[in-house]
Amino acid sequence: MRFVQLFINAVFVSNVILAMFLGLCPFMGVSKKSRDALGMSCAVLFVIVMAAAATFTLDWFVLKPLFLASAPDLRVVLHTISFILVIATLVQLVEMALRKYVPPLYKSLGIYLPLITTNCAVLGMALLTVKRYGGSESFAEGILWTLCDAGFSALGFGVAMMLMSGIRERLDLMDVPEPMRGWPIAFVCAGLMAFAFMGFNGLSFGG
Amino acid sequence: MQEAIIYAAAILGLLGVVFGAALALAAKYLAVWRDPRVEEITGILPNANCGGCGFPGCGGYAEAVVAGKAKPGACAPGGCEVSKKIAAILGIEVEESVRKVAMLRCVGPTKEDRFQYYGLMDCRAANLMALQGGFRSCMYGCLGLGTCAQACPFGAIVMSDKVPVVDVDKCTGCGTCVHACPRRLFSLQRIDRPVLVRCVSPLKGKEALESCERGCITCRKCERTCPAKAISIVNDVAVIDPEKCTVCGKCVEACPRGTIVFVLPRKEDAAAVGAGATGAAEEGR
Repeated sequence: MRFVQLFINAVFVSNVILAMFLGLCPFMGVSKKSRDALGMSCAVLFVIVMAAAATFTLDWFVLKPLFLASAPDLRVVLHTISFILVIATLVQLVEMALRKYVPPLYKSLGIYLPLITTNCAVLGMALLTVKRYGGSESFAEGILWTLCDAGFSALGFGVAMMLMSGIRERLDLMDVPEPMRGWPIAFVCAGLMAFAFMGFNGLSFGG
Repeated sequence: MQEAIIYAAAILGLLGVVFGAALALAAKYLAVWRDPRVEEITGILPNANCGGCGFPGCGGYAEAVVAGKAKPGACAPGGCEVSKKIAAILGIEVEESVRKVAMLRCVGPTKEDRFQYYGLMDCRAANLMALQGGFRSCMYGCLGLGTCAQACPFGAIVMSDKVPVVDVDKCTGCGTCVHACPRRLFSLQRIDRPVLVRCVSPLKGKEALESCERGCITCRKCERTCPAKAISIVNDVAVIDPEKCTVCGKCVEACPRGTIVFVLPRKEDAAAVGAGATGAAEEGR
């Protein structure tokens, strides 16, 4: 049940983009065509899950034993600095590995990877998952929930991206008043979508 | 507390060193050999990613050129200069190509619309209307809703009233508008052959007269007049063969409907072709 609740929560109630307002640059920048939006969403899913796993491991085995007792505040500060380091390196490594070993995947995802190196949705999810599951009883349990949470959040990201790109593709053909064409109407749409997603607030299943 | 700060600095330093080393190793062992010429050519190309060459973006074209799958002269926006530079990098010769610009083969709607159109303000949508070919008086001519102007990646097409006007200086001849126009009214015109039949309508005689003030009525006057025999009637509309055309301008004078016109200012011809052709054009006027 906790699993279903987590899914609903990550995808709808606290959607990365529309409720937490993380990762807005790709949301506005790469949502002009559905194809690009899908590619971006897949790349984000890939990177968020991987980054969350790597950062959780770093926190569990290095930062937590060193700072939990002596300086818990410093641990939080170090999260931000070390996680961005981990994520940037990881994305670079993955990009290189993909280009070398899986060229077809690189061709479809590769151009989006550098864009998400320092994306706030990726860093945000890494920080949030460590905050939420850093106090788990065992490493296995912690990383399981981390992976699920990160994956579902990335799905939520994808849902928002696909909805937005669908709307914007149709908007291109609409008779929009001249001063509202392009970005303005896209921002209005994004705002309305965020409003709509607020309606999911308080949704829960048995939990 | 002091200990903690030292730990923090040490950990961050260590992480930095480890990751730096990992990236350095990865750069060495995971490196994929790319032809340096690809990078070089990508740098030369206009990077407008217009797709006029038939490859996905400028990067795709650069790869294709290096692989020998494309000719160095295929980049229309880059023109002569770029093709020469590409040829120099690849060490091959390239034949001179004349610059081409997009031209509309229609004078625009000259008669009243047949009915009011309230649909999407987009030629592609308006063209789908099965009601005998759209709302304009001519079912073959320009719809004038500006799909080409929106498609042009260089902002070279501007809508003036109902007709798109090509800015010859901005047009790079990439051909995006040729594909964007649902009625295929644009053609790429050699800049040294500025004579254009501004009509594609296969209607003849009375029908043609009714649908447009200036469209081709297939009177064949130009065909008979042309001293170079460059004009032929294809699908009941006059077509000029750019290979044979001498830009004498006799067809422009002969056309009773003003369908055949000079589409570029004469000074441009002088710069593009030199004295010979300009003389011929001058005689014609």
